Amino acid sequence: MLEIKNLSVAVDGKEILLGIDLTVQAGEVHAIMGPNGSGKSTLAYALAGREGYEVTGGSVLYQGRDLLELSPEERACEGVFLGFQYPVEIPGVVGMNFLKSATNAVRRHRGEAELDAIDFLKLVREKAELLKMDEKLLHRALNVGFSGGEKKRNEVLQMAMLEPRLAILDETDSGLDIDALRIVGDGINRLRGPDRAILLITHYQRLLNYVTPDKVHVLAGGKIIKSGSSELALEVEHEGYGPMMAELAVA
Amino acid sequence: MTSPSNSTQTIDDFTDGDYKYGFVTDVEAETIPIGLDEDTVRFISAKKNEPEWLLEWRLNAFRNWLTMTEPHWAKLHYPPIDYQAASYYSAPKSQDDGPKSLDEVDPELLEVYKKLGIPLHEQEALAGIAVDAVFDSVSVATTFKAKLGEMGIIFCSMSEAIQEHPDLVRQYLGTVVPTGDNFYAALNSAVFTDGSFAYIPKGVRCPMELSTYFRINAANTGQFERTLVIADEGSYVSYLEGCTAPQRDENQLHAAVVELITLDDAEIKYSTVQNWYPGDKNGKGGIYNFVTKRGACRGRNSKISWTQVETGSAITWKYPSCLLIGDNSVGEFYSVAVTNNYQQADTGTKMIHIGKNTRSTIIAKGISAGHAQSTYRGLVRIAKSAHGARNYTQCDSLLIGDQCGAHTVPYIEVKNASAHMEHEATTSKISDDQLFYCQSRGLSTEDAVTMIVNGFCKQVLQNLPMEFAVEAQKLVGISLEGSVG
Repeated sequence: MLEIKNLSVAVDGKEILLGIDLTVQAGEVHAIMGPNGSGKSTLAYALAGREGYEVTGGSVLYQGRDLLELSPEERACEGVFLGFQYPVEIPGVVGMNFLKSATNAVRRHRGEAELDAIDFLKLVREKAELLKMDEKLLHRALNVGFSGGEKKRNEVLQMAMLEPRLAILDETDSGLDIDALRIVGDGINRLRGPDRAILLITHYQRLLNYVTPDKVHVLAGGKIIKSGSSELALEVEHEGYGPMMAELAVA
Repeated sequence: MTSPSNSTQTIDDFTDGDYKYGFVTDVEAETIPIGLDEDTVRFISAKKNEPEWLLEWRLNAFRNWLTMTEPHWAKLHYPPIDYQAASYYSAPKSQDDGPKSLDEVDPELLEVYKKLGIPLHEQEALAGIAVDAVFDSVSVATTFKAKLGEMGIIFCSMSEAIQEHPDLVRQYLGTVVPTGDNFYAALNSAVFTDGSFAYIPKGVRCPMELSTYFRINAANTGQFERTLVIADEGSYVSYLEGCTAPQRDENQLHAAVVELITLDDAEIKYSTVQNWYPGDKNGKGGIYNFVTKRGACRGRNSKISWTQVETGSAITWKYPSCLLIGDNSVGEFYSVAVTNNYQQADTGTKMIHIGKNTRSTIIAKGISAGHAQSTYRGLVRIAKSAHGARNYTQCDSLLIGDQCGAHTVPYIEVKNASAHMEHEATTSKISDDQLFYCQSRGLSTEDAVTMIVNGFCKQVLQNLPMEFAVEAQKLVGISLEGSVG
C-alpha cells in the first residue's frame, strides 16, 4: 500500500526528516510515536502534499504509484486522507456543504455516481450517529467555534464519508476526553479492513488501548529509531523516549 | 492540479484566468464621428425623434456638465478621460426597420446572447422573464409586453416610453437624479441613447421578474443608459439587470443613471449582476463604470432594495442609494464586489433618512485578489425629521493574496437623537491553511476558493432571485480564477 524509502523533507530550508523508511501493507495499522519536534507532523504533511514541505530525497510509492507526483487534491481523490492535528476553521462554509462537495469530488474521481441530497443526508446521519455527533454541528460553519473534541470527531466523520485507502491521523487523540477517545477509537476501528491502511501519529499510548496497532515505530530526530510490535508502545509509555534515544547515541 | 513544489505556479495560473466572455460582434453600426458638443446632443435627440422639452432638458444638462469637474474623491486611479475622443451614438442598422419579432432580430445579435449563455428564446419560455435587451444603446427585442400590458404594466425601452408615454416620463425623469446631480449624471442626461422604462400601476404585483441585459459592443462607444422604474401605490416589482461585454483593448466609458420611485406601500427590488470586461491581467483595457443609481421611497411604508454583484469593469464608481422620504419606508443595500488583477472598485451606498421610523440595512462584501483595490464608501444620514430611524451596517472584506487592498469608509451623520445605528466591519483573508485543508479533502484550489468566497457572500447572494443567484455564484468563481495566494 505505502512504501516510503529514504525520505528526506525540509521546511524553510531546514531538514526535518532525514531518511525515513517505512512500509505499510494493506490491512495494517501502524502507530508512529515520538517526542515533540521529532518530525511526526512533517511526515504527515509531506505525505498529504502540503506546500512548503519540500521533499529533498527519497521516494514514496502509494499503491504502486509515485505519490509525490500528485497534487494534494489528487492524493485525496486517490484515497489518501489526512486527519489534522488542528482542524482548520472556515467561516461561511456550512459543514454539511463542505462534506458534500468533498464526498462528491472524491466519488467523481473514482468514477462513482455523485450522491444526491437525500442519499447524502442519509449517509451523513448514519455516520454521525455512530460518532455520537450532534447533526446541528454540521449546519454550522466548518469547525468555527467547535470544541477540540468536536473538531476531532468531525475529522473522523469526514474520514468515514470519504472512505480513504490510506488514512493518516495526526494526533487525532489529543484534546479528547476519555469517552470521546473511545468513540473516536471505535470510528477508526470501523474503518479497519483488508483494503485499508492506517497510520496513527500519536504522543501517547492511550489511543492504542482502543486501536491495537500491527506495528509501532518511534520517530526521533527525523529518523525512525526503533520499530516493533504493539509492545513497543507500552515500553514507551513506561520508560519514555529517553532510554532508546540514549541507546541510539551509544550505537 | 500540480505537484506541491510549484503550487505557487498554480496560484498564478488560477489568477491569470482570461475573461471568458471576450469577443467582438461585427454588426453594421451607425456611428457618429467622435466628439461632444451641443450638436451631438441635438443629433441624438433628433435621431430619436424626441419632443422639444426633452431636447431642452438634455441641452440644459449638457450646459451644466460643461461647468462641472470630474470627481476625484474616490480611491480610484486611472489616466485622464478624453470625453471628446468617444463617439456618443451607435445603433445597429437593422434597428431602423424595427424588428417585429425575434425572427427579425439580427441573427448575429442573437448569437452574442447565445455565447453569453442567455438564449432569448429559451429564456422567454423557461425562465418566464420579459427581456428588454439593450444592445449597443438600442433595444433590439422586447418580449412579454402583451401579457404585461393586460395588467397595465409598462415595460419598454426608454426611447419607446418617450414616444408612447411622454407624460409619465416627463413627470418622473430626473426627479430622483437631477440633471446637475453630479458630473456623470449630467453627462448621461445630455447624451443618453436608450435604456429601460417600467411602470407598475396601483395595486399590481408584477408576476414576473423584469430583466434587461446590457451589452457594450461597437468600439469606442460610451454607454449612457437611462433607466426609470416607477412603482405606483401598493405595487411590487422585481427588476433584474445583468451585463457582460466583449474583450477589447481600449478603455470604455460607461455612465448609466438609474432612477427608482416607490409611492405609498409600493416595493421595488432591483438586482444587478455586473460583468463588464475588467481589463486583462496586466490591467490593460476594461470598462470604466461610473454609475448613478438612486431610489426615492416617496410613499409611506414603501421599500426599495438594491442587490448588486459587481465582478467586472476596470473601474467601478457606484453608490446605489435610497432617499427614505415616506414615513416607515425601508431601504436595503446588499452588495458583493469582486476585484481581481488590477481592477479597482469604489462602491457603497447612501441611505438618507428623512421620514419617521425609516429603516435601512446595508450588507457589503468586498473581495480583493491580485493587485486589486476595493473600497466600501457609504453614507448614512439621519435628518432632524427622521424620528425613530434605524440603520444596520455590516461591511466585510476578504483578501486573497498579499498584493491587494480593501478599504472601508463609512460616513455617519445623525441629527436626530432617537436614531439607532449599528455598524460592524471585518477584514479577513483566505489562508493557506484553509486552502490546504480543502485540497486534502479532494477539492481543487478553484473549487475551494469558490466555496469559501460564496460562503463569505451568502448573505448577499441569497437576496438575488433564484435564476440570478446560480449565475452569480458561478460568476464569482470565474472572476477569481487564478487569484489564490
